[in-house]
Amino acid sequence: MDNTIDISLANQQTAANDAVLLEVKDLSASFDVYGSTSHVLDGISFTVEKGQRVGLVGESGCGKTTTLKAILNVLAKNGRVDHGAVLFEGRDVFQMDSNELAEMRRHGAGMIFQDPSSALNPVFSVETQFLTALKYAYGVGTPKQELRDIAIEALNNVMLPDPERILKSFPFQLSGGMKQRVCIAITIAAGRQLLLADEPGTSLDVTIQDQILRLINKLVEEKDLSVIMVSHSLGVIRESTSHVNIMYAGTVVESGLTTDVFQNPRHPYTVALMACLPKLTGAGIAKGIPGRVPDYSKPPKGCRFAPRCPYAKEICHNEKPARTEISPGHWVSCYFANEVI
Amino acid sequence: MMAEKILEIKNLKKYFPLRNGLVVKAVDGVDLELHRGETLGLVGESGSGKSTIAYVLVGMYEASDGDMIFKGNNIAKTGLHRTMKQKGEIQIVFQDPGSSLNAKRTIAKSLMVPMQIHDRKSRQDMVAEGRRLLEAVGLPAEFADKYPRTLGGGERQLVSVARALATNPELVILDEPTSALDVSVQAKVISKLIELQKERNLAYLFITHDLSLMRNVADRVAILYLGRLCEQAPAAEFFQDPLHPYTKMLLSSIPVATAEEEALKPAKIVSEGEIPSPVNVPPGCAFHLRCKDKLPVCSVERPVMKEVKPGHWVCCHLFNDTPAVAHEAPAADPDAAAGQAAAE
Repeated sequence: MDNTIDISLANQQTAANDAVLLEVKDLSASFDVYGSTSHVLDGISFTVEKGQRVGLVGESGCGKTTTLKAILNVLAKNGRVDHGAVLFEGRDVFQMDSNELAEMRRHGAGMIFQDPSSALNPVFSVETQFLTALKYAYGVGTPKQELRDIAIEALNNVMLPDPERILKSFPFQLSGGMKQRVCIAITIAAGRQLLLADEPGTSLDVTIQDQILRLINKLVEEKDLSVIMVSHSLGVIRESTSHVNIMYAGTVVESGLTTDVFQNPRHPYTVALMACLPKLTGAGIAKGIPGRVPDYSKPPKGCRFAPRCPYAKEICHNEKPARTEISPGHWVSCYFANEVI
Repeated sequence: MMAEKILEIKNLKKYFPLRNGLVVKAVDGVDLELHRGETLGLVGESGSGKSTIAYVLVGMYEASDGDMIFKGNNIAKTGLHRTMKQKGEIQIVFQDPGSSLNAKRTIAKSLMVPMQIHDRKSRQDMVAEGRRLLEAVGLPAEFADKYPRTLGGGERQLVSVARALATNPELVILDEPTSALDVSVQAKVISKLIELQKERNLAYLFITHDLSLMRNVADRVAILYLGRLCEQAPAAEFFQDPLHPYTKMLLSSIPVATAEEEALKPAKIVSEGEIPSPVNVPPGCAFHLRCKDKLPVCSVERPVMKEVKPGHWVCCHLFNDTPAVAHEAPAADPDAAAGQAAAE
């Protein structure tokens, strides 16, 4: 099949690159739900280099969070990876034994969640929760004072004033923005290299979201962190990532440099999504994309967007389109990427 | 020619006393007006009092002070003790259609409830009316027999809109109607709302925190901060020339998806600090703690609303020296005024 060839070519290119921190290769995952199987992820591939900010953007239910969970190998019990690999520093997380996996999660990759209020436990102080996480990362025998110092430094890094007071507080005493900063501090404290940011600003006000995104950018620059930024907001992705993957129904339909993709979207889904976005120019809003996201238990045989695509032809319904590089670094999974718009 | 004014809110206040003697000043002196067929966008961060204003309007709360004149009647302090007709004329659509529709009722039943209370029609008529409403909001009439859980988020929200329309309202409050939806679905719901407004000449009070959306739906925009208005202007003017420092900060913080929009944003104002608690509103201007351009007077004296350009009101000490727009006294008789001008 065409797309396997493309992917192996892509692999050869990236294998030569030492800077690659994470590589997701042709990842497919499915879930057993009520006696049927939902084929959620279908051939996701992308790479994250050191110091890079990579975006995953798509609407709810397109598999963004599932991809993040697969990277940490924490899919729900009813889920499984059908094929593909997630290489973290060259090792496949699905092949790692429990020690290696724990080590990867301790110092390798960590996740920050959308809703900081439910990410923190309301009945424990920030200190208790912070030190528990650090104990896991640095071992149970580490002296408490040492862990506390690490926590305070991390809180300083996320620009929270008066870390001592923050440590003593309970989550309800902090505002949403402060709670999200605490979550980020806990994630970066153990020297993790990859931050999986799952809609980090969505539940916050715009001015606070702006602060959190700026903080993440600052950390990327200062600490050489890499970030996978997941969001449903094209605006957030444009302003906070260098590379972007547009997802639809468990597939990556378009990927490339953020500037390229936003200036010159080629996949019909990306184009339709951009048209639906209310814009500051006040040019009015499109009427939406007709139809619904497909049923994952019976996904379309060909391109998953074909049933909603205004340009779909017979081939789109029958065969999956391969990823094609329409300009250097700009990949589109569509048969008619060069003709559509 | 301005359409008929159907709602006028003057110095509205809603305070919630707490058990420890403190008071939450959720809405603290707000003036708004709304005309027939117009959309007023009410924008603010969480805790700014947007929803409180909506709840006072529909009667879920009684105002602590101030007036709310809807078609000539003051309904600020009536709470739910208003006439059925008044209740029917103001309807609301809530943010989350998943929890505002009763999961155990079919769509037809949900739509029938307001009709049972307001119209007392025969069951057959109500069923037919329910189907007609579904079609009016662009949903197939067969949805009447479904349960909310079998519908998508956008479809559910359209059902909420249909339910709000069941009493034939003149003012519909849309409280973040699309913030729980995806953009492609949001686009569908919004274009339907705009269509319905034109068909029925509805007035919308559109509450949202999404300024980009506001740009596309509102005729006029009002910005709330800590229960007070900062700025009010026609939408095009507002986005072209924002004046209040808070508005500028808000506008410069929105993440946008295209370069053309980036160019429209005011110069980046790095947002600092957070919205203070409404229990402990700072003295003077509520925004002065986060304001880059604050003057000594800002922490002492509360600024007042001032019309600095026609229709463009701002509440900020920076505009103390700007002359207010002078309105000529409306001539009682246009012919007489014309005659006078001719005589001169």
